[in-house]
Amino acid sequence: MSTATLTYRDAVRQALIEEMDRDPSVFVMGEDIGKYKGTFRVTDGLYEKYCQTPKDWLREPFHPELNDGIGRRIIDTPIVEPGIVGLANGAAMAGLRPVVEMMTMSFSILALDQIINHAAKIHYMTNGEISCPIVVRGPGGAANQLSAQHSHSIEGWYAHVPGLKVVAPAFPADAKGMLKAAIRDDNPVIFTENPGLYGIKGEVSDDPNTLLEFGKANVVRVGKDITLVAYSRMVHTCLKAAETLASDGIDAEVVDVRSLLPLDTERIFASVRKTHRAVVVYEDWKSGGFGAEIAARIGEHCFDDLDAPVSRVGGLNVPMPYSRVLELECIPNEGNVVEAVRKLG
Amino acid sequence: MAQQAEFNLMHAPADLEHLYRQMLYIRHFEEKTLVAFRQGKAGGYLHVYSGMEALCCGWLNVIRQGYDYVITAYRDHGHAIVLGTDPVAVMAEIMGRKGGTSAGKGGSMHLYDIKRGFFGGWGIVGGHNALGAGLALAAKYRGEDRVTLCYLGDGASNAGVFFETLNMAALWQLPIVFIIENNFYAMGTALERHAADPDLSKRGIPFGIPHERLDSQDLLQVMKDAERIVEHVRTKGGPYLVEALCYRFEGHGAADHDRGLYRSKEEEQEWLKRDPIKLLEKHFEENNLMTREKMEAIDEEMRDAAERVYAEADAMPHPDPAEVYDNVYSDMGPEVGH
Repeated sequence: MSTATLTYRDAVRQALIEEMDRDPSVFVMGEDIGKYKGTFRVTDGLYEKYCQTPKDWLREPFHPELNDGIGRRIIDTPIVEPGIVGLANGAAMAGLRPVVEMMTMSFSILALDQIINHAAKIHYMTNGEISCPIVVRGPGGAANQLSAQHSHSIEGWYAHVPGLKVVAPAFPADAKGMLKAAIRDDNPVIFTENPGLYGIKGEVSDDPNTLLEFGKANVVRVGKDITLVAYSRMVHTCLKAAETLASDGIDAEVVDVRSLLPLDTERIFASVRKTHRAVVVYEDWKSGGFGAEIAARIGEHCFDDLDAPVSRVGGLNVPMPYSRVLELECIPNEGNVVEAVRKLG
Repeated sequence: MAQQAEFNLMHAPADLEHLYRQMLYIRHFEEKTLVAFRQGKAGGYLHVYSGMEALCCGWLNVIRQGYDYVITAYRDHGHAIVLGTDPVAVMAEIMGRKGGTSAGKGGSMHLYDIKRGFFGGWGIVGGHNALGAGLALAAKYRGEDRVTLCYLGDGASNAGVFFETLNMAALWQLPIVFIIENNFYAMGTALERHAADPDLSKRGIPFGIPHERLDSQDLLQVMKDAERIVEHVRTKGGPYLVEALCYRFEGHGAADHDRGLYRSKEEEQEWLKRDPIKLLEKHFEENNLMTREKMEAIDEEMRDAAERVYAEADAMPHPDPAEVYDNVYSDMGPEVGH
């Protein structure tokens, strides 16, 4: 099997296509994901591929004349997040594998009840009798001036909930491998894609069996002086910061956690035990964001290994402003990371 | 006509005796759950089905049990029992015991038995309606002729997610019957005080969903209606909405001690005249189908059966504290290092 250079967006789409081709119980539903091709064009081409004739269905539908509204395996839905996720939950309980696209993860707040009170608890409340293999995916984080109600990173909220798995890949190859794993996972998975990453390119395997296991952090830059811990877009910010720091003679190690729940604490701790310093970088609101959890765990488990307090660089604690100048002020950048590292001495 | 003949055949006296036993069994079972609550053997929230037995016995004896899907809210004991779930396991779950349907993890509000097509058992008002439509979506996706029965309360009929669900069920013609168990109180708030239009069957109108308001205390009538509506949904597809008029004889939950806060004794007395068990007994007497002595004997038998279930469940062990982490996930334990 070879690799191809793909954008993050195309890698996500390729994962959807491969899994739909592999397993007829996989289908995609969401707002404007069909004829409109998805707000961020992630589902471009899927409607044409899967919804042309009724024969695209697993079997001839029981009432073929009544099936036109569903659109077969790509389901354009009304704009009703609780209803969408609720129907997906029910379908998953009955054995299907729905992938729900949220137009933005900010909108998934409407569906918190279905995600947290229903999906995450089904398996436990039934003592394992019922599983809920849904994937809720979509852009989380700031894009370009989408302002307060379309821009937030709320993956940390989900990572608070037992029963959910939460992943946030930073690279196209990870996005493909982890989305495929998410679709095959028997638990509900929150799959967050930073909109700033859709256009980035990377080498992606075209082997349809390449899956990426959750709970495995990845050291994306080896260094010996300080550990930068991040996920999603902030991994790229940290990599840029590491280059700047290198010119100052500081050799930073960058750990991409990839999966928030489960979290590969051992990989993070191993890096901290080597470098003795850590800065956790996350786009979410700094206060109470998931980076705070990572920092706390480093503090709990690596106290004797640290030469300085664990530091955090997070998003500003404000609703995302519209102005580009103000928006950029809110999202942690390379300079913020470099400054935080220098402060540690 | 063929269907009606089949219906008449199905309700030969022997079958009616079975249904009578089932309703009495649920009534006595529920009385024992209240005893369990008073004795501190059942905790939390406990919502009994007394007075509404015709709704679970009627509809669930008409569907294809184990094939069709059933989902309901937190007043769920009767549904599990009619669908064939081991009553000892149901009582044990209510008592939080290891031998319960969810090994003590679910409790009264969260009973499940997917082998029998029973998907719960849900505690968020309105939330499970969407799950029900999702079950129906799965059936339609696979091209199966399963029908989903989604029971909900009159309170849930005001929830936003219910309207979202009705829209999608109608838009995609999902094979589901929404049965609004209208017992006239959303907890302690009367229908007229919680619904702008108390004719809840009209909830189907904006979505073009066939809808009916049905008296639901007379078991025979419930079964006739259920037979007709389930047949319609199974053969023609699409959703159906039923507002089933009924009455709960007890409070909202076992902890609801003062029903006088929100309803009158007179009203309760009026509805007791329409006790589904009494109505069926009247039918037996009027048609010489069963003697009063036999009814009393069956009543005694069902009371004893409920006693035995109670004793058996009560003898079961509590869960081992080590089980607390089991089944948070299907494939891993909870995060370590916390």
